[in-house]
Amino acid sequence: MDFIEIIVTAGGLILAALVVWYFFFSSREDAVSAVATAGGVQEVAVTVKGGYSPAVIEVQHGRPVQLSFYRDEDADCSEEVVFPDFNLRRALPAFQTTRIELLPRQPGRFEFTCGMGMLRGALVVK
Amino acid sequence: MEPHTLTSPTQTATLDIEGMTCASCARFVEKALTRTPGVQRAVVNLATEKATVDYQPAQVDRAGLTAAVVNAGYGVAALPAPTVSAAERTAELDAQKAAAYARLKRRFQVALGLTLVIMPASMLLMLPAVMMRVPMTAANYALLLLTLPVLLYSGREFYTSAWNAFRHRAANMDTLVAVGTGAAFLYSLAATVAPGLFTARGLAAEVYYDTTATIITLILLGKVLEQRAKTRTSAAIRQLIGLQARTARLLRPDGTEADVPIEQVQPGDVVLVRPGEKVATDGVVVDGHSAVDESMLTGESLPVEKRAGAAVYGATLNKTGAFRFRVTQVGADTMLAHIIRLVEDAQGSRAPIQRLADRVSAIFVPTVVVIALLTFVLWFDLAPVATRLPLALSNFVAVLIIACPCALGLATPTAIMVGTGKGAEYGVLVRNAEALEKAHQVTTVLLDKTGTLTRGEPSVTTYLPAADVADPTALLRQLAAVERQSEHPLADAVVRYAAAQTDAQPLPAVTDFRAYEGRGAGATVAGAQVLIGNRRLLQEHGIELSPELSRQAEQLQAEANTVLYAAVDGRAVALLAVADTLRESSVAAVRRLQQLGLEVVMLTGDNQHTAARVAAQVGIRRFFAEVLPQDKAAKVQELQAEGRVVAMVGDGINDAPALARADLGLAIGSGTDVAMEAAGITLMRSDLQGVVTAIELSRRTIGVIRQNLFFAFVYNTLGIPIAAGLLYPLFGLTLSPMLAAGAMALSSVSVLTNSLRLRSFRPR
Repeated sequence: MDFIEIIVTAGGLILAALVVWYFFFSSREDAVSAVATAGGVQEVAVTVKGGYSPAVIEVQHGRPVQLSFYRDEDADCSEEVVFPDFNLRRALPAFQTTRIELLPRQPGRFEFTCGMGMLRGALVVK
Repeated sequence: MEPHTLTSPTQTATLDIEGMTCASCARFVEKALTRTPGVQRAVVNLATEKATVDYQPAQVDRAGLTAAVVNAGYGVAALPAPTVSAAERTAELDAQKAAAYARLKRRFQVALGLTLVIMPASMLLMLPAVMMRVPMTAANYALLLLTLPVLLYSGREFYTSAWNAFRHRAANMDTLVAVGTGAAFLYSLAATVAPGLFTARGLAAEVYYDTTATIITLILLGKVLEQRAKTRTSAAIRQLIGLQARTARLLRPDGTEADVPIEQVQPGDVVLVRPGEKVATDGVVVDGHSAVDESMLTGESLPVEKRAGAAVYGATLNKTGAFRFRVTQVGADTMLAHIIRLVEDAQGSRAPIQRLADRVSAIFVPTVVVIALLTFVLWFDLAPVATRLPLALSNFVAVLIIACPCALGLATPTAIMVGTGKGAEYGVLVRNAEALEKAHQVTTVLLDKTGTLTRGEPSVTTYLPAADVADPTALLRQLAAVERQSEHPLADAVVRYAAAQTDAQPLPAVTDFRAYEGRGAGATVAGAQVLIGNRRLLQEHGIELSPELSRQAEQLQAEANTVLYAAVDGRAVALLAVADTLRESSVAAVRRLQQLGLEVVMLTGDNQHTAARVAAQVGIRRFFAEVLPQDKAAKVQELQAEGRVVAMVGDGINDAPALARADLGLAIGSGTDVAMEAAGITLMRSDLQGVVTAIELSRRTIGVIRQNLFFAFVYNTLGIPIAAGLLYPLFGLTLSPMLAAGAMALSSVSVLTNSLRLRSFRPR
């Protein structure tokens, strides 16, 4: 094994480890709590751009939730948002706000994803 | 401040602000608005994305406020139209999708055009004769210039999308394309700009512009095909929305008629429907009669007779006569809106069969990147020194490009979308993907006799006039004339029977009508004293049955009929047998279910004797008789305890617990809301044919999903190792990144096309 091979091998392995760490272990949960309006609706604005910001949304159970998804890109990975536990699959037109209303009845953590399950977020119901 | 601004009143505007992501954005917009001349106060709410602005109309207007927000870098949504119908919303969404599709196609065309130059040019440059004459550096720069637009215009979205996802610690299919083509391009760029770096180490300064351009072109081709197919998977909802009537012919209280937009119709309004017109919304017929084609809602192809009192549904088609109806439901409360919601819900739900694919999708892309890195390292370490870098690079790119998470992601939802949409077309409304999946596992179908096998309403099965009755038809009309005054369900059966037998001739006039509680009714018809009811009614009037009639009555009763006795002027003259009759389609449907390998079991509150007779009539071998309504769920459990997967078919409120208890509940025939709530599948048609359709559709859909998942898993588990060079030690084969791109483009399209095969589903 020559010197370059050693460097390439070490570099490759380090890079692979970084990829694993970055995507799987470096969790960064910027949970945002919903703002309740006078009408009792809990509202949260979510920006969709290669992911969901915020990705973790905290709401209270038993009260309606209105999520305003603004899709700030036209990459088609994010063209749909799916809330499997709420039987909800909604198209998100690019550069528009799509409102999604749901009523979480029980506390729990309910994931939402893009149409193909790669972009992820969660609705944390308390 | 000038005097005139003081006198003019302040106005308030609400703007829908777009593009705000954080509290500082909101403050920024607020500041921008406040600084605009004429604005007195501006409050921006981030959560609702609304700005409330108090302003002087003399100094600034709505357009000015909008301009201020836009200048600050945000957007203002256009004022929503007062009433945006679902149809308009879909039209808007469709227009947007069409525009996106057109953009995608343009990007593909540009990439294709340039690739068609880059590819042959690169090949020519490899010919020794050409290599001798053309200076390599100049050629490489020319290729670079040609490739740049492919990368920066056609492929731009891959890089921005990958970057955006990366910032969210997410990776998607664009990540793979971006890293793969990016690596090939950067390597080529280095070889073009600084070939000395390579030649100094004894390496050829090779460029991969053709690879980069071809990959982007092929993947864009895949996307174009995918987009086209995707629009067709969601066609069902669009079709349903398209069924909606746009106008209604309203009958004003003053007697005038006016065509009004459907949004203006209110419950209580009276709407006129002429032959050939669509029924505007749901209601109850006030007068007139007609046949209405309800196939678009129920899948039942025969038109349904409608008279005063009958329910009519929006979007159905009036065939023969004109009628007026009173509106009961509008907008989101109509049957059509319910159906659309159910189908939308079902399409949004996730099937349990998808669970594994979901788990794989979640880790797919980073895992592939790691595999690609390891591929690079292994090739670099093991290949001959002279070729190790290009080989390592090419296999690294091939692994990234061949991996197709989209095929996995599309496998189940597209099939569920087409399948549930197809179901709606035939009046089979699936609540969610889980119900659809469950339906194919069913081994036993438990039917509630009343309302499923039978019509659930009594009909006259036999009319037996005594031998000495001169005109049986006239007698039947006399009896019907009396029964028409009565409200008993059995009386209704007699009236319907008479109408059918006598071609709906007018009935004679009736006087002195009298109902005998629990026994029957009597009246004077054309001067004759007519009685019709049970045996007690005749006995009370001292009327004896002839031995012949008496014998016939016993026989009819033995055949599970309810017998009505008729007397005219103190003499028994006829018998009428009334029973809950089988639907014509029941026998065929039961046979079809049995052919599908399902055991059909009947459940009824009737006695053993009647149950056995009905079961034999329809070819059912196993049945539960004398089941009390509250015990239905227990019978479901009993079958489940035998290890069966039970589908329960029912129609009434008291079926709800059994429907919920069963592995799959099927609520039949515009059933009650409670039954629909408890059921996994609602059948709009009121016969068993819907059960057959539901189970066949489920089997087809699950079959397609299995093929899709199998294909997607096999494609990826074979494709990735082959691209990594697994076949090289054995056969000396490696996969060119361009071939990998072709395979990847075809894989998601194959899955989609397979799902679209479900569109050919026809119930037998």
